[in-house]
Formats: sequence, C-alpha cells, structure tokens
Amino acid sequence: MVKDIMTGNKATAYGAMLARAQVVAAYPITPQTTIVERIADLIAEGKMKAKYIMVESEHSAMAATIAASNTGARAFTATSSHGLALMHEVLMWAAGARTPAVLVNVNRAMAPPWSVYADHQDAMAQRDTGVMQFWAENNQEILDSVIIAYKVAENKDILLPAMINQDAFYLSHTSEPVDIPDQELVDQYLPPFETEVKLDVDNPKGFGSFIMPPQYMEFRGHMARSMDKAREVIRKADREWEELTGRSYGGLMDMYRCEDAEFILFGAGTMMSTAKDVVDELRKEGRKVGIARLRVFRPFPVDEVRYLADRVHAIGVLDRTYTFGYGGPLFNEMNSQMYNHGKRPPTKNYIIGVGGRDVRPKHIRGIFDDLEKVSKEGYGEEGEIHWWGLLDGKTPEEEL
Amino acid sequence: MIEIRFHGRGGQGAVVASRIIAEAAFREGKDVQAFPYFGVERRGAPVTAFTKIDDRHIRNKSMIYEPDHVIVLEASLIQAVDVTQGLKKDGMVLVNTESDPDEIRRQLDFDNVAVVNATKIALDNQLGSKVQPIVNTGITGAFARASGLISIESVEAAIMNIVPRYPEKNAKAARDAYEAVMLPGGG
Repeated sequence: MVKDIMTGNKATAYGAMLARAQVVAAYPITPQTTIVERIADLIAEGKMKAKYIMVESEHSAMAATIAASNTGARAFTATSSHGLALMHEVLMWAAGARTPAVLVNVNRAMAPPWSVYADHQDAMAQRDTGVMQFWAENNQEILDSVIIAYKVAENKDILLPAMINQDAFYLSHTSEPVDIPDQELVDQYLPPFETEVKLDVDNPKGFGSFIMPPQYMEFRGHMARSMDKAREVIRKADREWEELTGRSYGGLMDMYRCEDAEFILFGAGTMMSTAKDVVDELRKEGRKVGIARLRVFRPFPVDEVRYLADRVHAIGVLDRTYTFGYGGPLFNEMNSQMYNHGKRPPTKNYIIGVGGRDVRPKHIRGIFDDLEKVSKEGYGEEGEIHWWGLLDGKTPEEEL
Repeated sequence: MIEIRFHGRGGQGAVVASRIIAEAAFREGKDVQAFPYFGVERRGAPVTAFTKIDDRHIRNKSMIYEPDHVIVLEASLIQAVDVTQGLKKDGMVLVNTESDPDEIRRQLDFDNVAVVNATKIALDNQLGSKVQPIVNTGITGAFARASGLISIESVEAAIMNIVPRYPEKNAKAARDAYEAVMLPGGG
C-alpha cells in the first residue's frame, strides 16, 4: 500500500484503474475534466488496460457505458451537473437493463445562474432512476467507493448501476493523502465481472425489448426488490472492505458520536466532515451531539434513520439543494421514513452551502444551537425550513 | 492546525506551490490539504491557493479565512489584493521581491515580513524567462526557513516528486532561496 497526495479527481481515476475498468466513456465537463484526462494518461502510460471511448455528449457517454457493460465488460464513466442531467434518460435505461456500470458524479450546481460550484441538485434529481448513489466526504472514500460500488453493482442479486458523488472543488480539486491499495488486494476483493446474460455474437440476445403490461410490472417489481436487497449487500461489502483495508464507511450511514447523542445533524458530502470537528468541540462543552452522514442515498438507509429516531431529541437535516415545492430532498426522505415508525422526533430542515457557499464550523455550531432551541420552544414563526444565511438583499457580514 | 494562503497570478504556479508545501509536511508525518481558491482561473489574473497542515486528521473542508502565513509570489499583487486580510496577528508574510523588506513592511503595514528575490534565483537557475520566471518552487524553500515548519530536505524531496520539468533545477532554486531569504527582524 502506498500513500500519496491526490485530488478527488485523481482518486477517482485511480479507483477506476484499480477496479480494472475495461471500458471508459469520456466527455469532459468542469469540474470533472481532470478525471477523464487522468484516465487517458493512465491508459497512455500502460498502467490501465481499458478501451477509451471519446463521445460527443454525456448522453452518449452513458449509452456507450451501458453497451460496454452489456457485453460483459466492466464499464466506467464520470460527469457533473448538466452532464448528469443530460444522462437522465440513459441512467433510467442503465438501471432498467440491469447494467452494473459505475459512474462518478462531481456534484455541481445547475444553471442558471451559471455556476461550477458544489451543490447536490444534480444527483438528488436522479433519485428515481434506479441508480444506486454513494456519497463521499473525502478523497479516500471516493477511491474506495469506486471499488466497493462495482462489488455491489455486479452482485447477481443486484445488477444495478451505481453512482459515486463527490463535491465539486472541495474534493475534486483538493489534494489530500490517500492510501492506494495494492492491486492484489483489490483483485482479491473484486474478482473479474462475469455474467451469463450479455451481448455475444455467438449467442445472440437482446436487451430492452418491447414488453406487454403483464410482464413490465414484474420487471419493475424485481428491480425494486434488488434495490432493497442492496442494503444488506452494501453493508456486507463495507465490512469486507474493512477486513482488507481497515476502512469502513458505516455501510449506508456514517454515524459519528451518535450512540448517546440527543441532537444530530443528517446530511451528505464534505460539509458533514467539517461538522464532525464541530461535534468534537461541542462534546467538550458537554453537549450530546452527533453526525449522521448519509453514505448511501439509494437505497435509502431506512433502518439507520429509524434507529436514530428511537434515540434522539431532534434531528437537523442539512440539504445542499432544494426540492422546489417543499423542503430539501433529504428532509423529505427522512421525515417520510419516520412517519410509519414508532418514534418521530422533531426535524428541521437547513438549506445550506447551495451553489458552493462555504459551510464553516460556525454555521454548523449555529445550526446545533437552533436545533436545540426548536426542540424546547417549537419552530416559531420561521417554520420547519430555514435557508441558513440567506441575505435577502442584506449586506453580508463576512466573505461568502 | 497551520493554515497558509498563497497569492500569485494565473500561470505562476501558486497551486503547485501549495502542493509542494503540503507534500513536504506530509513527508514529515503531518496530515495536509492543498487546494486552489474555488474560482475560474485566468492567466495573469490574481489567484489564491491554500495549504492546511495538522498533526491530526484534517476533517474541516471549509476555506481558510484566518491564515497563519501568507506567501506572495509577486510583489505587485500587494497593490491589487489585500494580502494580509484575516492574517493572524502573530502570522508571517513572505514576499518575492527585490525591494528592501522595510519597504514591504511599510506597504503592508505589517512587521512580520520575510522577503526573498525568488525571481533572480529562478533566472540564475535557468527557470523560466525574464517575462515569466518560475518562482513557485524557490519560494517554497524560502518558506521552509522563514516559517521553520518544514525542512528544506522535505521541500526538495517534494519538488523532485511533483515538478514534472527540471525538478533538479527547481530543487536547487528552493535551496538557494532557503539560503537567501531575509527573515523578519533581519538575518
């Protein structure tokens, strides 16, 4: 094992290399570009043996990835923001065709206004495609997750595509130490992809044929069952990775100091890493606080959410985007998973960090303070959704 | 945690400098982060980069607002950018300049200033041209001495690993700047 300093985008490329991805479809977009550049380098240097397909759009990138996967190859692609939005149709196809391909999405805001900064709308809008979603908080987790995602996706009981999310710039362009696992270790964890159902000129089969209503629903029902089953498969894959590397990401939810916590914040991505520092500070002050970092969004960590619901006084849900209509996506998901469950502690939604606004420790501290107040005094006039730090025409007190 | 901010112009390699310092500290067993200001870079325009160094695992992913040290790759930036913004009172500014350190102290209204003529050192080592000297490696050597945070040997090793073209000459420039830097308070 070698430790090197690398950006999230380089960690992504190394993850694809170590997973022995055989086909990579590439279409560049800021801030993803250095992923496909780095993969091209790795192939040119002979370090990675893969067919590199340059395509004319993200729609084509995902289509090529699906086609490659359908031939039995391990296929990979990466994109961001508008690129992911353009893939939307083909993501549904990938899932419906039970394609175990892996893609990495660099989370970036949707335009307009034009932006290249961290925001979760791109990925959250793919919620219903049938693509599994992993979320990383550091570059190590990106590299590891590419490998773990193939392990889960290629499981014969699952056969669904997976997407790993990493925050624009906070990970994609930030260099930090990353353990590069030995190839032998990765090979031991992730054997070559084998499937009986594949495109083969000697044994012709078709994917995605026309089907009548009685059968269609069966396919969708089976897909739903596979997605549900993925929960246990992900937990197992996480445990096996820990046995080999010593690194676990908590399965579907990364719980930090939640055992005896009274107030927790739930959310995804790098801001939750920052929030862990704040938890340590507040713990020193005697406050029982914790972080539940979403590790897997699809399938949703239902059991983990209900476990927390049984124990805590209140849950603050941090969303780095908004579902225009009502609430942030994680807020709505968390609330709905508790509704038919026994205990339902109060929850409050904090919309924060949208479009790359920096999430600082003092913001997290302020949110914990607010959450404790809500649990004692109720929501007040403001209600249950709070756009944290929204200026509304006021002059900012600090650099944003 | 030690936080360092780099000011340069697009194309001068402030981001690479931030990575060299990070890697040097990493080689001494520290955890590190190096990142550019999350902006759209243009050649010649002011750019900012950052390095965080800590004994513990760095989880804080937010930007740097109150740096311990500031490194300025080109003295003309002092007129264009508020390079001491948020700088801790006991912090240090390292400037690439041919000017007298007292002149820079006066311009910045800040005492704890180290200076080095990284431009001359770059040209003496055939790094870049008069119009665009490669100053980002030399200045990391000067920082090693002025800050006392990292050894010059670690900086040289980091340069050999990171810099793709003429790594030896760049490492030599770092060593030269290490010797030449004029420390705060003279020396």
